[in-house]
Amino acid sequence: MAETASVMQAAGPGGQGVPRVWDIQVLGLWKTFGSLAALRGVNLKVGPGERLAIVGPNGSGKSTLVKVVATLLRPSAGTVRLAGLDVQSQALEVRRLVGVVCHQTFLYGELTALENLEFYGRLYGLPHPSDRAHELLGSVGLEAHADVPGRDLSRGMQQRLALARALLHEPPILLLDEPDTGLDQRWTAFLVDLLAEAAREGRTVLLTTHDLERTLDLADRLAVLNGGRVVFTAKRDELDVGSLKEAYLRHTGATY
Amino acid sequence: MAFLTQALTVAAKDVRAELRSRDAASGSLVFALLVLVIFNFAFDLEGEMSEVAGPGVLWVAIILAAMMGLGYVFAKEREQGGLQGLLLTPTDRSAIFLGKVAAALLLTFALELLLLPLFAAFANVSVLSFGLIAVLILGTVGFVTVGTLFSAMAVTTRSRELLLPLLLLPVAAPLLIAAVEGTRSVLEGEPWSELLPALGVLAAFDVVFVALCPFLFEYVMEEMAA
Repeated sequence: MAETASVMQAAGPGGQGVPRVWDIQVLGLWKTFGSLAALRGVNLKVGPGERLAIVGPNGSGKSTLVKVVATLLRPSAGTVRLAGLDVQSQALEVRRLVGVVCHQTFLYGELTALENLEFYGRLYGLPHPSDRAHELLGSVGLEAHADVPGRDLSRGMQQRLALARALLHEPPILLLDEPDTGLDQRWTAFLVDLLAEAAREGRTVLLTTHDLERTLDLADRLAVLNGGRVVFTAKRDELDVGSLKEAYLRHTGATY
Repeated sequence: MAFLTQALTVAAKDVRAELRSRDAASGSLVFALLVLVIFNFAFDLEGEMSEVAGPGVLWVAIILAAMMGLGYVFAKEREQGGLQGLLLTPTDRSAIFLGKVAAALLLTFALELLLLPLFAAFANVSVLSFGLIAVLILGTVGFVTVGTLFSAMAVTTRSRELLLPLLLLPVAAPLLIAAVEGTRSVLEGEPWSELLPALGVLAAFDVVFVALCPFLFEYVMEEMAA
């Protein structure tokens, strides 16, 4: 069912009228900063409608991986393709397809919650950015805070607004770097439901998290990244919390 | 059309944010007014000094105040990673740059509108001249365009307040010399034929850098995203 739902018509000019499979393929990816190699030959594939969680200790390369896949950083070597589009040579088309949440919220403190979403909506070329912004503010429980400046929102509210921003253009691929940062129990549950719904709709999700226990709720498959390399992968069905922690400890040397 | 809409969207966002915070405008205005007042007392700008020192005083006030404002153009974007948010949208990098330039120009022109009457009063000269308006527009466009590019480069460094003038002033030197020379020509009441060489230099500078800076900005963005 997910397979069927994921074969949709591309929204951007890169794929007008061409059926696309919303997958992510990372092949032999290296990213270096001077003499420091943040990613060392990463190979990953996220199928259409699949949710892959990347876990790993601090400095393992999780955020760098998300930034490269999101076109914010250029690969030093290797290839990254989203729905068949190369992140280097077809970056503009890729950006139409992805919704991204990172550590920082990408919000403007002087603009209200509504204005922030309207601003990004216009840049994505939405026909009715204001309507869509109101709709999403309602979805993330911020309708009553529509006129509150971004800087006056709590960290959790800012994170919900960042999630709304990432969903503005209904992207078929979601790249979420620790999306549960600052969220309380209620809104973490909302995030779990959101990702499950995204998978049902055929959206492809690549996310990172530090919370191993929650990983099993958020993803269908997980990969452990350590020292810029993928050192372990498993399907959610193959693991419980205990075996996941044990595998994490074995492959990273870190305690949890 | 989409390009223009994107540039205007970025410009409108910057202007709206600045009108709310007034971070750049208030500091720049106070600084420029101080420069004018201090130079007025130092040189007594009325009379012959208005032609000798007046053009330099006016442009020193404008460029120092504009540089303060330019320092904020990208600093604001770094606060919550807004720049990365911008770069993640399917927006042409050149549209982002031109939107930033448009907003900075609007604020600098507004500053000049407030400065000119004060300068006219201190120097006892008329500033209602097409020649002076042409010099101000051409000089400001060139200075702000180059300044926006260097602001983007400097913002990633720890010493951005120091780096911006170090990068900007040497490159903008030909523009500033022509602007001061053009302003002197206008204030001395010289005919248009005397003013044209300065206007030519200003126009040539603007054409070259308005065409070049958006392309260079794309390379600067590669580094900023990291």
